[in-house]
Amino acid sequence: MAEQKIDVAYVAELARLELTDEEKAVFQPQLENIVKYVEKISQVDVSGVEPMMHGRKLVNAMREDVVKPSMDREEALANAPARTGDEFLLPKIVEGAES
Amino acid sequence: MKLYELGIAEARAGLAKGEFSSRELVEAVIERFHAANPDVGAYLTFDEDAALALADTNPKAVPVAVKDLINVRGQPCTCASKILEGYISPYDATVIANMRANGFIPAGRVNMDEFAMGSSTENSALGVTRNPYDLSRVPGGSSGGSAAAVGANMCIAALGTDTGGSIRQPASFCNCVGIKPSYGRVSRYGVTAFASSLDQVGPLAKNVEDAALLLQAIAGHDEHDGTTPRIPVGDYAAAARSATLKGRKIGIVKEYAGIGGIDPEVKRITDEAIAKCAAAGAEISEVSLPHAEYAMAVYYIIAPAEASANLARFDGVRYGLRSARAEDVFTLYTRSRAEGFGPEVKRRIIMGTYVLSSGYYDAYYARAQKVRTLIRRDFENAFGEIDAILTPCAPTPAFRAGEVLDPLTMYLNDLFTIPSSLAGVCASSVPAGFTAARGDRPALPVGVQFICGSFEEEKLVSISKAFEETMK
Repeated sequence: MAEQKIDVAYVAELARLELTDEEKAVFQPQLENIVKYVEKISQVDVSGVEPMMHGRKLVNAMREDVVKPSMDREEALANAPARTGDEFLLPKIVEGAES
Repeated sequence: MKLYELGIAEARAGLAKGEFSSRELVEAVIERFHAANPDVGAYLTFDEDAALALADTNPKAVPVAVKDLINVRGQPCTCASKILEGYISPYDATVIANMRANGFIPAGRVNMDEFAMGSSTENSALGVTRNPYDLSRVPGGSSGGSAAAVGANMCIAALGTDTGGSIRQPASFCNCVGIKPSYGRVSRYGVTAFASSLDQVGPLAKNVEDAALLLQAIAGHDEHDGTTPRIPVGDYAAAARSATLKGRKIGIVKEYAGIGGIDPEVKRITDEAIAKCAAAGAEISEVSLPHAEYAMAVYYIIAPAEASANLARFDGVRYGLRSARAEDVFTLYTRSRAEGFGPEVKRRIIMGTYVLSSGYYDAYYARAQKVRTLIRRDFENAFGEIDAILTPCAPTPAFRAGEVLDPLTMYLNDLFTIPSSLAGVCASSVPAGFTAARGDRPALPVGVQFICGSFEEEKLVSISKAFEETMK
């Protein structure tokens, strides 16, 4: 078997994505092919070339530092999967803390 | 003629003369929606009461269908993903606010590939959209709902988004005009981000003048989007009225000659389009884009990389799906995302995470950014000599649903549209004819792509409109 370019199960964990065994089996060869395809950029001589990091040449866009109305709290919370009062409710994060 | 068959300019003329009201226009679109949506599936949802109420308070406004990743206050915004089912937008995207201020109202939410990732709208988790010219075929994507709605006269015009061809390719498949504006010409505020250095909102319309009118309404600087410069918006309607190809220098890309995988009918229609431009007074010459052959590879590094970062916001915390199997913070993330995202989105998140990960960043992402500079320079050099580049829009006409299963093969749909996206320049797709019917393939629409330099939308509109005239 040829050496794997990408360890799909490991990268998915980095991306905080749980995959089923079926998904791993399907994605592994598909992503292997895509990675092989994009490797053609290694043929290009990029010595001395500046990277293009944005969609256009940008300068810092500054605005005046003034207070403006922001989104209403009720509206911001309206799409919450779970809430308690004025806060988003989450599973316990810190081990041993009171919940 | 039914009111839903009208374009923007015609509708505005009728509204101005008092021949009909905005309510009657919206009622006609709703009637057409009920008749055609069961077959075409262009819309995911249509809040009829909201659209009619808007028409009543804006009696001269023209309704526009909105791709379901652009936020409209009080409306769903699912991005065709299970992860955003039930989400209601708390605010308007800037393009929607601009539209409202300029004589348009949002009416209906149209389907798309999930998070705009795809070329057939088959990646929608929430609905199937079919090509109105052959219901067994796809409408293209990712703005497939927008294109199908325009192509089937289910709207007056529509908004789409284009990251690597997502307005232009479906426009070609569904016989409509699409414009991908220059990067920065239109605000992305309130538009769910896929690849932030590439995403642009643009119009899909029944003719070039309509596309120009809608683009003019949405374009401009926005304090909420730091990539939108204070360059005044041109008079695109005037550009459409003074359209000409006479003396225009149109470039044909040398490297595309003899390229594989092009449908012979697309080749024929593109060659005829070049001849029509020449007959209308354009000077045709060859241009070189020596790095275009690397554009697909660059795009499938940069776009997934940006997507993997942008989609990190879907974590089950503040909005969107939260897995019932979340036990702790790790499984809150991993299981909510596993249940909420479809396969193509998962593939791209993994690909993007991989090219950004330690040990691979320099070989893939950093290198792709440098090759992108070379691609942009190719266009800058070309536009030093010519006004516009003419290419096929997509390598094939609409293909059958279920026909393209391999992701990499699907990506090839954007072969001709990706280079201009990476360069940040503007481009259009304009209907250029129909394929000859062959076997079980009926005559299908095919568009050509015109590409102009950054912030040269007026020139793009003028050339596109003049080409449209040669088709009459």
